[in-house]
Amino acid sequence: MLNETTSNHGAQVDLKAHSKPTSDSNKHAFQSGHFLQVQGLSKYYSKAKPVFTGVNFNIDKGEFVCIIGHSGCGKTTILNVLAGLDTASEGYVFMDGREVKGPSLERGVVFQSHALMPWFTVRQNIAFAVRSRWPDWDHLEVKRHVEKFVEMVGLSHSLEKKPSELSGGMKQRVGIARAFSIHPKMLLLDEPFGALDALTRGTIQDELMGIVRRTQQTVFMITHDVDEAILLADKIILMKNAVDTGGSFTPGGIAEIVNNPLPTHRIRSELHHMKGYYELRNHIVDFLIGATKKSLNQTV
Amino acid sequence: MISVRLKAKVLSLLIFVVFLGIWHVSTFTPSGVGVLGSGSSAMTAEQLEYQKLMGKDIGTQKSTGFPSPDQMSKAIAKQLSDPFYDNGPNDKGIAIQLGYSLLRVGLGFFLAALVAIPFGFAIGMSPLLFSAFDPFIQILKPISPLAWMPLALYTIKDSSLSGIFVIFICSVWPMLINTAFGVSSVKKEWLNVASTLEVSPLRKAFLVILPAAAPTILTGMRISMGIAWLVIVAAEMLVGGTGIGYFLWNEWNNLSLTSVIFAILLIGIVGMLLDTCFAQFQKWVTYVE
Repeated sequence: MLNETTSNHGAQVDLKAHSKPTSDSNKHAFQSGHFLQVQGLSKYYSKAKPVFTGVNFNIDKGEFVCIIGHSGCGKTTILNVLAGLDTASEGYVFMDGREVKGPSLERGVVFQSHALMPWFTVRQNIAFAVRSRWPDWDHLEVKRHVEKFVEMVGLSHSLEKKPSELSGGMKQRVGIARAFSIHPKMLLLDEPFGALDALTRGTIQDELMGIVRRTQQTVFMITHDVDEAILLADKIILMKNAVDTGGSFTPGGIAEIVNNPLPTHRIRSELHHMKGYYELRNHIVDFLIGATKKSLNQTV
Repeated sequence: MISVRLKAKVLSLLIFVVFLGIWHVSTFTPSGVGVLGSGSSAMTAEQLEYQKLMGKDIGTQKSTGFPSPDQMSKAIAKQLSDPFYDNGPNDKGIAIQLGYSLLRVGLGFFLAALVAIPFGFAIGMSPLLFSAFDPFIQILKPISPLAWMPLALYTIKDSSLSGIFVIFICSVWPMLINTAFGVSSVKKEWLNVASTLEVSPLRKAFLVILPAAAPTILTGMRISMGIAWLVIVAAEMLVGGTGIGYFLWNEWNNLSLTSVIFAILLIGIVGMLLDTCFAQFQKWVTYVE
């Protein structure tokens, strides 16, 4: 684990200072240990062939965790379980010492397909989230808050536009602003840049990194992009697929959790000059290729 | 684009003119030529009387054939010049008759929407309710609304209310089915957004599901309105009293073909206007993804 994660608490508290307590946050039944704990998570549709079993990991406050794996390994299922949108077959998720059992405003989700309401403008989309979080805020408070977060992602000029008038990158920015606007304790990102072109992707990665650093947000993110993971994550979880060779069945799960050894303040343009970058990258790519070979062998 | 539109307009006009021309030529009778031709002047008074008794009135220029465009335009002008007169139950101005029809359609349609949209919402949200009600809807839907008329007349015992009931029953199905379909096919991701934001059920219904399903619901309403306008004419012919359908049937009994054609034309125009209204509403609620 990286050192900077422990020094983040001050800023995190500061961000939360003016947000009213929700159902979870007044509980201080904080167990010793980690902010988010995932214990023995498994998911199966038929009991003999689980998609994954025994998934354990922890996320500390202010940590950025990426999860990488091939399609079908259950990344999205894990994220949905963390979000409370899906249930695991076995295992538990604890956040802030309380079990996660259903969706909550404590966890903001950025969906792969941005999931903006097309009948709302950018302003209304974010205001919808803000009003859900603080139902008793008046019009002016909501307006100010919305504008602050739209400005944060640099879309102030598009406040009154409908999502259909925005480019893919802009839509995803609005999705990110919406997730941040409710001051979640944790942010869940389901491959948010998957549908974007490389240039836009780079820009938004930088923006996201900047915002996350400023707000000391705890983030869990799915990605397919190794460089993206290296750039953003403090910790990278590598997932392996289930292997079915006819006779024997090995369920999927976590293959390895890699701590990112690179210096905290990474810049995309200098990333590949950093010491240790290629070792890390090769390690992850080798894992992914190895996993592909394995699954190819199984089909032959 | 504009040139195509302009061309279409010109072509439409041309088709109309050609239609009028054919109509004019096929109904043209040279003036002064009566049924019996010019030979009538040679007849004696007794012979004329005899012809009258035989139903062949020579003195008056009576047209028994299909009205010509000229006669039609005169009839239309006459009807439109005083649309609001009321000379008793069988002789009312065309605007009054249309008003009655529109009132019935409006009332029946409104009641149907009041029932179908909330109920469709419930069915669309719950797969259980959907499956439970589906067989009833499937059986009730294909019944011609006029088939309900005897039952309606017997139970309601009022012809005007029965008309409204028939409109209600024919408007209810498309709205119900479309609402249920629209609500059940709201994108999962929007519902997920709503649940991660812990949105209350009522807010979710009005701010997420309703706008998401609105285009489909409005399509149902547009279909319903179309059917209701078709059915009101037939229903009013049956129950009588007032309305454009009754007017049409009454004029048929009067053998006034000009009035019948006028009524047909009017039914078409009003139907088109109603549809245009709903097309506009549809435009308002449609969103681009």
